[in-house]
Amino acid sequence: MSLYALRTARPKGTVTTIVHRRNFLDQSPAIEFANVAWRTPEGHGVISELNARVMPGETLVLLGRSGSGKTTALRLINRLLLPSEGTVLVEGKSTTDWDPILLRRHIGYAIQDVGLFPHMTIERNVGLVPRLEGWPAEKIRARVMELLNLTGLPPEQFCRRFPHQLSGGQRQRVGMARALAADPPVLLMDEPFGALDALTRAEIQREFKSLQQRLGKTVVFVTHDVQEALLLGTRIALMDAGRLLGIYSPAEFLQSKAPVISGYTAVLKSAMELIMAGQRSGEAL
Amino acid sequence: MSLREFLFAHRNEIFRSMLEHISMVGIGVVLATSIGVPLGVLITRWSRLRVPVLGFSNIVQTIPSLALFGFLLPLPWLAARSERVAITALALYSLLPIIRNTYAGITGIDPAVREVGRGMGMTDWQLLFQVELPLAAGTIMAGIRVATVIAVGVATIAAAVGAGGLGEFVFRGVAMVDNHLILAGAIPAAVLAIIADLGLGLLQRRLQRYR
Repeated sequence: MSLYALRTARPKGTVTTIVHRRNFLDQSPAIEFANVAWRTPEGHGVISELNARVMPGETLVLLGRSGSGKTTALRLINRLLLPSEGTVLVEGKSTTDWDPILLRRHIGYAIQDVGLFPHMTIERNVGLVPRLEGWPAEKIRARVMELLNLTGLPPEQFCRRFPHQLSGGQRQRVGMARALAADPPVLLMDEPFGALDALTRAEIQREFKSLQQRLGKTVVFVTHDVQEALLLGTRIALMDAGRLLGIYSPAEFLQSKAPVISGYTAVLKSAMELIMAGQRSGEAL
Repeated sequence: MSLREFLFAHRNEIFRSMLEHISMVGIGVVLATSIGVPLGVLITRWSRLRVPVLGFSNIVQTIPSLALFGFLLPLPWLAARSERVAITALALYSLLPIIRNTYAGITGIDPAVREVGRGMGMTDWQLLFQVELPLAAGTIMAGIRVATVIAVGVATIAAAVGAGGLGEFVFRGVAMVDNHLILAGAIPAAVLAIIADLGLGLLQRRLQRYR
């Protein structure tokens, strides 16, 4: 799909989704990690002493290198994993007290690339959770149309296709539409844009941001891309080797002189410097 | 008398035997599928059962077909009618490819796909019927296809226990050293095997059309 087509395929308004945005300062947290540790069945520690709060309506980005425990932290939220120590609270209730099926249908989940079911059409993929919830067929259909429009995929063109017939960017949009389908107050996103080329990624990141501003969901977003974290995060939780190093606003993150953070910001700077230097030497020639 | 004339002259008999043959194979494979697929699913859930289940069906597969028919003959309910013996033997033979392919089809699914299904709040049964079985369907159908083709061949031996089918011509032909008679059984059996292979192959590809 060309960039032009991506632009013109923008949603045309008419969003009937309930807005969950609230002023999060006077709210109780949507998700809370209290002294959480998680070890593999073999006893290998993956996460330890994790304490964090995610406020309603914010986008908390979990940033860290591969193996830092970000994905594990995410999977503790929808009870794909149970903590070895401590508690994970979703809307004030420990995940151990939630019925796992109810909890997961309450939380949208989108992951990189493999997320769509290859044997289901786009329509069936997006309508999956509403179908599991037993919505009437007409309501599901209307919701799927609405979501495809919202994520910039003309329904009449995409409904009947299978995931392998779509480009990577289109698949991610479908993944996003599916995560939003049952209008869950919380979204978990695990490097959802990781497999995309730079231009498509920038495009879809911008759309996600504006979508998020309109819908006001509570989002926990896992990425290793510092640029993405700065762009999308209300706050950035920096993780390393299973520990939370700190939670920062994007401004704090950029200004921080802490060595762990300057490692990330240095990556951004050095990339820019390299490009600039390349241009200067190009001009000299 | 040429072979063509011979086949034409015996067309009614051949046709009747063919129907017997088809119903034996059909019932046997349907039986094996309705036992084998659940067993295949079961061993993906309880890995402890995998070795005994696959081991048993493997051993059955190694028994020579004539011997298997012989073993089943003295069993009480089966012996009452020879078709029962034949169908049971065919079902036993068909088990291995069906169980093995069900197991392989389900364990071959990308774990991330299963994970997403669970993450979206699917129950175990929903995951099985809406994700795992549909995704494994092509592989399972490949197993049923192999089982059917084998069963068409093995069913000719069923004539040895008096169960009828196209094998009757073959056995009679061998006894009477009459090539026409042998071919009157062998040619329709081969045609049946080819048709089953092509037809089920078509079905298999339909099940995998999303690829």
